[in-house]
Amino acid sequence: MMEINEMKKMKYRDAIRLGMTEEMRRDDAVIFLGEDIGRYGGAFGLSAGMLDEFGEERVLDTPISEAAIVGTAVGAALTGLRPVCEMMHMDFVTLGMDALVNQGAKMHYMFGGQAQVPLVLRLPAGTGDGAGAQHSQSLEAWLCHVPGLKVVTPSTPAQAKGLIKAAIRDNNPVCFIEPKALYQTEGLVPLDDDYTIEIGKTLIERPGKDVTIVAYGTLLAKAMEAAAFLEEEGIEVEIINPVTLYPMDMQPIVESVIKTGRLIVAHEAPKTGGVGGEIAARIAESEAFDYLNAPILRLCGMDVPIPYSKELEASVVPQRNDFVHGVYRLLNRE
Amino acid sequence: MIELSEEILLRMYYKMNQARFFEEKVEDLLKRGIIDETVYLSKGEEATGVVSGLALEKGDLVSMTHRGHAQAIGFGLDVNLMMAELLGKSTGYCKGKGGSLHIADVLNGNIGANGIVGGGFTLSCGAALTQKHKKTGQVVLCFAGDGATNEGSFHEAMNLASVWKLPIVFLIENNLYGMSTPIAKHMNIENISDRGAGYNIPGLTIDGTDFLEIYDVMTKSLRYARAGRGPVLVEAKTYRFCGHSSDDPQVYRSTEEVQQWQEKDPLFRLKKYLQENRVFTGKQLETIEGEAKSSIEQAAEFALESLEPDITTVLEDVYA
Repeated sequence: MMEINEMKKMKYRDAIRLGMTEEMRRDDAVIFLGEDIGRYGGAFGLSAGMLDEFGEERVLDTPISEAAIVGTAVGAALTGLRPVCEMMHMDFVTLGMDALVNQGAKMHYMFGGQAQVPLVLRLPAGTGDGAGAQHSQSLEAWLCHVPGLKVVTPSTPAQAKGLIKAAIRDNNPVCFIEPKALYQTEGLVPLDDDYTIEIGKTLIERPGKDVTIVAYGTLLAKAMEAAAFLEEEGIEVEIINPVTLYPMDMQPIVESVIKTGRLIVAHEAPKTGGVGGEIAARIAESEAFDYLNAPILRLCGMDVPIPYSKELEASVVPQRNDFVHGVYRLLNRE
Repeated sequence: MIELSEEILLRMYYKMNQARFFEEKVEDLLKRGIIDETVYLSKGEEATGVVSGLALEKGDLVSMTHRGHAQAIGFGLDVNLMMAELLGKSTGYCKGKGGSLHIADVLNGNIGANGIVGGGFTLSCGAALTQKHKKTGQVVLCFAGDGATNEGSFHEAMNLASVWKLPIVFLIENNLYGMSTPIAKHMNIENISDRGAGYNIPGLTIDGTDFLEIYDVMTKSLRYARAGRGPVLVEAKTYRFCGHSSDDPQVYRSTEEVQQWQEKDPLFRLKKYLQENRVFTGKQLETIEGEAKSSIEQAAEFALESLEPDITTVLEDVYA
């Protein structure tokens, strides 16, 4: 028997595969469909070996037809399977939006609760590989505007495994956003095959008392680095990772702001209309408002398409030093 | 031509009448303002929905269109619950949250009407994939209109269904207009069934007002799909006697054209067949019509007497 707490160091990418593989072994109703996920092993090598283990009936290479991939997944979920489908890049979800937004998200409600749509839509997202404007977006805010969808994003390998498993076990359509820049990052991952991360629960990644930073995806690590740097100067930053972007568990953020009186919200996605604005608004509406000692600061992507050149690309999304300066600004130390 | 059993013909005549009375009752309720939401009626097109529904086997699935009342009746949905849903009542199929556009009975294989033109094609692929995966031997009947075949989802679904040999029969109810736009202005082909060729899917065009041809072709198509040979595309030429929706002034077609098609009324054609072949006596036909009519009257009563949904349910069932 494996020790229940046994951990193994692995890459974020491999942790997603491990979670998917465990769930496919556990439940025959789980199938996996997408473009080039079979023999090729996925555009990012994420599903390497899965075809050999599960066969063509459960690992299905599709035509380049995102509308059909998502629609088929919704129809299969509605009738008793638990499909996981992959958009090669999150940008391509725009081609499958009808099936996701008008169909899958609403069926449970508009059919009066009589049906479930247990599907996972895996969405490799974000900047970091110089892929340009149509392969680098973070479109989570669009999805967070649709009641009926759940939107989650893991920021570490352990979260990646626990969250993909929870997403597959969930009875709703779950959009699982995977920042591509994290694929090669490593961390300890529990090997327990019942290890899950609860959907709808915000995590406090680092306790602190001076400034609250809410960050997710690639920005969590950047915020953590900034916090380690600031600790040397005696500044204690509290870092919160919502994990589930929609519907978001706000209470830990509210409590944190009551404690620190200062809030930074951060994401790679463009500032305008982003998830950060929603968090800021909810804090402004909450009892935490009276505790604010400084304006809320949003550290977000610029309102531009993602440029191709690596230097330009890095310049449009927040970096570690932006967090450091943001904290200084809220503490009036600049 | 195929011979249909008396039992099938009885059910067909009953349900076709039910479908006609259902639409007429809805028209009446619309005029009286009792229904004041948008509803799309299928008067004149009942044969495709009803007859193909009767060709299904127990356990087969169906995906319906926005003009889906006859399709639902053909599949075997309960007219009481349908009417209650149209009136937005708590006793309706969707507890008043769906309306005509989202009538569904998912556990019994009806995966829903659809408010998105062409929305059902890819959903049907998924429902068919489930049948294939679970080796149920069931087929998915996917209804759509002519206009829907100009959506990208039609082409993606046809291609996928063909490549994966999914058990689906796509039944296109070609009523010659995409809302107001005549078919000649929205596609450059005579027969929509020709579109099957591009995906190596058998395509057939039939007379959508002829119950015998519909039953014959649908039975064979369903058998073909059930045998694992892949999907079939059937196009039934038909016509709606009423407007696109409840507030359609119908300026885009002539009364002569409507009259010409009314002469091919599928319900009348069925009745004529039953009379000429002496399947039922005049008295028997009257009895069937009367029963169908009273079932719709009862449905309307049931719906009118049902309770409105409790306002507290508005936040229920967003998530499963």
